[in-house]
Amino acid sequence: MAITFILNGRETAVDVEPEMPLLWVLRDVLNLTGTKFACGIGACGACTVQLNGQAARSCVLPVSAVTGAEVTTIEGLAEYDGLNPLQLAWIEHQVPQCGYCQSGLLMAVSALLNKNPAADTEELRQAVTNICRCGSYEAVKRAVQSLTEKAEAADA
Amino acid sequence: MPRLSRRGFLISGGVVGGAMLLGYLFIPRRLALHPAASNTQTWLTSWVSVNADNTITVLVPQAEMGQGVLTTLPMMLAEEMEADWDLVRIETAPASGFYVTDNIAQGFTVGEVAMPAALQRLLDYAFYQAANVMDLQITGGSASVRFTGQWGMRRAGAAARAMLIEAAAERWAVDPAACYARLSEVRHDGSGRHASFGELAEAAAAIPPPLQPALKRPEDYTLCGRSVARRDVPAKVTGEQHYAMDVRLENMHYAAVRHAPVFGGEVASYDAEAIKNAPGIRDVIQIPGAMVVTADNYWRASQAVNAMSIEFSDGEQADFSTAALFETLAEKLTGGEVEADLEQGDASQQLALTGSPITAEYRVPFLAHATMEPMNCTAHWEASKLTLWVGTQDPLGTRALAAKVADVAMEAVTLNPMQLGGGFGRRISFTGNFVEDAVHVAKHVDYPVQVIWSREEDMQHDYYRPATISRFVAALNAKGAPEAWRNHYTDIGVNQARAAAFPPYQIAHQEIGRVTHETPVPVSYWRSVEHSYQGFFIESFIDELAHHAAVDPLAYRLRLLVEKPRYQAVLRLAADKAGWGKPLPERTALGVAIVESFGTIVAEIARVKVSDTVEVEQIVAVADPGELINPATARAQIESGILFGLTAALYGRITVEKGRVVQTNFPNYPMIKLADAPDIEVCFIESRAVIGGMGEVGTPPVAAAVTNAIFAATGKRLRELPIKDQSLS
Repeated sequence: MAITFILNGRETAVDVEPEMPLLWVLRDVLNLTGTKFACGIGACGACTVQLNGQAARSCVLPVSAVTGAEVTTIEGLAEYDGLNPLQLAWIEHQVPQCGYCQSGLLMAVSALLNKNPAADTEELRQAVTNICRCGSYEAVKRAVQSLTEKAEAADA
Repeated sequence: MPRLSRRGFLISGGVVGGAMLLGYLFIPRRLALHPAASNTQTWLTSWVSVNADNTITVLVPQAEMGQGVLTTLPMMLAEEMEADWDLVRIETAPASGFYVTDNIAQGFTVGEVAMPAALQRLLDYAFYQAANVMDLQITGGSASVRFTGQWGMRRAGAAARAMLIEAAAERWAVDPAACYARLSEVRHDGSGRHASFGELAEAAAAIPPPLQPALKRPEDYTLCGRSVARRDVPAKVTGEQHYAMDVRLENMHYAAVRHAPVFGGEVASYDAEAIKNAPGIRDVIQIPGAMVVTADNYWRASQAVNAMSIEFSDGEQADFSTAALFETLAEKLTGGEVEADLEQGDASQQLALTGSPITAEYRVPFLAHATMEPMNCTAHWEASKLTLWVGTQDPLGTRALAAKVADVAMEAVTLNPMQLGGGFGRRISFTGNFVEDAVHVAKHVDYPVQVIWSREEDMQHDYYRPATISRFVAALNAKGAPEAWRNHYTDIGVNQARAAAFPPYQIAHQEIGRVTHETPVPVSYWRSVEHSYQGFFIESFIDELAHHAAVDPLAYRLRLLVEKPRYQAVLRLAADKAGWGKPLPERTALGVAIVESFGTIVAEIARVKVSDTVEVEQIVAVADPGELINPATARAQIESGILFGLTAALYGRITVEKGRVVQTNFPNYPMIKLADAPDIEVCFIESRAVIGGMGEVGTPPVAAAVTNAIFAATGKRLRELPIKDQSLS
């Protein structure tokens, strides 16, 4: 029986085993390859997507659990008129190295900033537990700081 | 091996993160011109094409794996060529249809010398040898900028500029010396004439390239030395960057693999009855050392291969353990035959004379690479031809490996190199066990197949950084300086840069040597190779000597480096930035270490707070690579190298019990995360010495900087890694 959910704003139906992790539905059934496989047990965050705006690790998320929900992947992060401010900050601060973990990292950080646009470095360090093997963390901190400073300036 | 002449080759080399050389050798006479790829595109040299629309296309032979090589190398070419950076297009070499890497083999085969057959598989070693013969003093990896850049890109760019200028001068009937190139144009001020590179390309292509093109002086650089945005970054923030695992082909199936857990083990029997009717399952295949299931998606294949019943035969290594290996290595250090790396003065006599030699033994474990993108390779066997899509640090070597496994000529193999989701030395030619799997599977089936290793397979079937023990004995003179220094260490493979074990310090009597031992554990290069452990050993022991001499460890190093001004400058700047000597809170201290690797000198000072746990609060790094090409990329590489080394120092250990790797995935082979990552400050000194590497050089000093800081904070000396497994009380 088909499982339906909203994927990057579009109603999507797939007919697969309900226990198939969302990651593989995205990658191998729907051919949306921006979301990455790295550990398969929810330990590294490379497969992070947003489920109703919350960061979720898709490699351990049965597709049945997203029935009716809104799923956003890296392909849906950009806004209708171009890259979103987080992506632009990532380019400005040259965050990615090999880039493999960056889709998941961007989805995790964007979920944090949606909740708290002025999140400071300490909140970032506690909230974002993704692994980047290239060690882009300094650049991540710089990029997020540039955004949260803008958010604070806008509030002031 | 026949003698090679320098004149016969324009050599460059490089592969990054993995400490081997993948080079080019070509013969300038024949390098001259490649057939035009199309009527509007003219090849001037192997690396650059000048297009009719005045853009230039630079082919980068190196693999992009995050180090920024797709940007840095073309910068070097554009600088020498005087090309307008906005008109520079960049491609990974083979994507153009012209396999630059083939020139490596051609350099041998069309030249005066034939490529030695024994070296065909280990091309990296072939170039290491060739480069040594040519007296280029090539010692290891981090080589893209140093070799491809310096020897290839710069010269190709300078040669192209000279040819374009000559073409213009001929057209205008003026002296070429009165012409110059700027922003993708040749200009002649006397007549006010100018022509774009694109207009001149066809005529320039008919001009023989100069053998010794004149390079620009660094003070005239307009592009190199500036932080230029990397061209590969935008696709990496949208999910559009394709890695090998993102290849999608018509009728492609996915394959999951379960290897024999014991090194050298085999499949004894299997029963696929329970899974063969599961949804999407296509084939169940036995390949050497493993079972494979293919399916219409990876998860289904993976579920099936793990659910099916497989009996493995363990083979001869079923009793092997790292615990026993360390015992054996320690025994060998005591009684084994020592092969000398360096004998200077008479260390034995000096050590015999001293009443109280200082001794210490250090140990480091096996380490996995754990690239974020697990090993994978897509392969299609069709009409006796093999096509591969794979992320590799050595496309040609990997292609040769695939040809050998498929039992076809190399010409029957097409390899599409993909960007790498991390390399670090894991994805070189002789570590291509995952490529072998893909070739075996592809030959069994009549559809394209994407073979993906699970994280567990990746971690348990890596080629590991060698476990090593190092034993030091030293004698101090009356002033507390080392008079004699002996270091014997164990070598279970891939130790090639012997100088990695040599201390940089002024010590009259030195004896450095190794005892060798074979193990069943596959070993390979791991970011910074020998330096990853020799840096820890040497910089720990020198710290111990400073303590015995009751001298501040920074001052102690500076005294022993009086004849090395570059080291002095790097150390002093690091000390200044880190606030060396200033008061710190209780159980918080600084530790210093300095290591030269791949031609770059790096000092790191760690600030560590020790409570119940070790908290690395800050790392200050100062590097002197001689010259910086792209400072932003260089900084990112140093930060990256530090966190790679720190992850290993804090957590990294691969253990083998009963012939099988114990660790399985990130929970028991942890990686540093944002919460534990220190603040990192990076500074550079450009001493204008010969340009050094960048991809690996941040890694070697960090472990000792941290353990030296722990000693300073607590008085506890850690002589074994990882830190998390050591008692601090």
